[in-house]
Amino acid sequence: MPSPDDHWLDEEAGPVVRPYALIRGRTRASGETLDLIAIITAVRGVEVDPSSLDPEHLAVLRLCRLPTSVAEIAADLDLPLGVVRILLGDLRERSLLAIHHPIPPARLPDVQILKEVVDGLRRL
Amino acid sequence: MAYAASNQPGRMGHMPVTIKILIAGGFGVGKTTLVGSLTEIRPLRTEEPLSEPGAAVDRLDGVERKSTTTVALDFGRITIRENLVIYLFGTPGQERFWFMWDELARGALGAIVMADTRRLADCFPCVDYFEQRGIPFVVGVNCFDGARRYRPDAVRRALDLDPTVPVVLCDARQRASCRDALIALVEHALQVLRDRSDQAAAAPGAVPAGEPAPAAAPAGE
Repeated sequence: MPSPDDHWLDEEAGPVVRPYALIRGRTRASGETLDLIAIITAVRGVEVDPSSLDPEHLAVLRLCRLPTSVAEIAADLDLPLGVVRILLGDLRERSLLAIHHPIPPARLPDVQILKEVVDGLRRL
Repeated sequence: MAYAASNQPGRMGHMPVTIKILIAGGFGVGKTTLVGSLTEIRPLRTEEPLSEPGAAVDRLDGVERKSTTTVALDFGRITIRENLVIYLFGTPGQERFWFMWDELARGALGAIVMADTRRLADCFPCVDYFEQRGIPFVVGVNCFDGARRYRPDAVRRALDLDPTVPVVLCDARQRASCRDALIALVEHALQVLRDRSDQAAAAPGAVPAGEPAPAAAPAGE
């Protein structure tokens, strides 16, 4: 009989909590779908009661003290994109995030910006 | 991240401009290698668990695949300057992940379709995909050791490409070579956007330039 002291769950066993349990089984985020390259910034100066949020929400807020893309949030927190989008949707509903949506290429204010990209790449 | 923490709306110069570029091509053609050669950060990977009843048969013959699987997205970042950043996304190679593409392709500036001349047919679906949606792309022929070298014109003919689509030879392991392929793509996309905006100016009331066509589910889903 294994004793309660046996550590049979280690890193190798994978996450103890399945990703979608973190978000209580939800599969759709509130609001519009966030693009992978939308830039998320935590709004400063807002009092947050940490006990009202899950640790994953707090991790997102910590990461987004500096503007961070949705894809990078998922990679850094090692969470599936779908889960991250739901966490971001929760935080957005509470007005804790500033979200900057990417501009579609056809609506770039100035196509010259792509010239700048080419010049920048040449310097790499 | 490379951005200053300025977030005032209405000040274009301070707003981050993020550009999405896709690295597409068949399974094992070197997409992840190319992303790794160009990214300024360690290549990042995010995984998306999927449940796929009725998933298509995988091409890895003899390998039984479970019906719940993960699709990994490799991506990298190149900061051009503060508030101007390119994100590179390697598209999932297997055709059963086509549905992921519509999300990836939305708002993308363009794509590098990587081709291996030993298995040229593997990139046909990617070429079709971007052609149908009007997304600018270049074909990057990954020069594998030991593979016979073909001239870009021969590859263009074999793929039946529009004459305006650039074909570049590249080595996914070499940063400079990958960078040149990326420059070719951005210059091509620039030209495509300019042409479309000229056409739109000539035909008022036309669809805004560069708007991708509505995404139809590719055959075989």
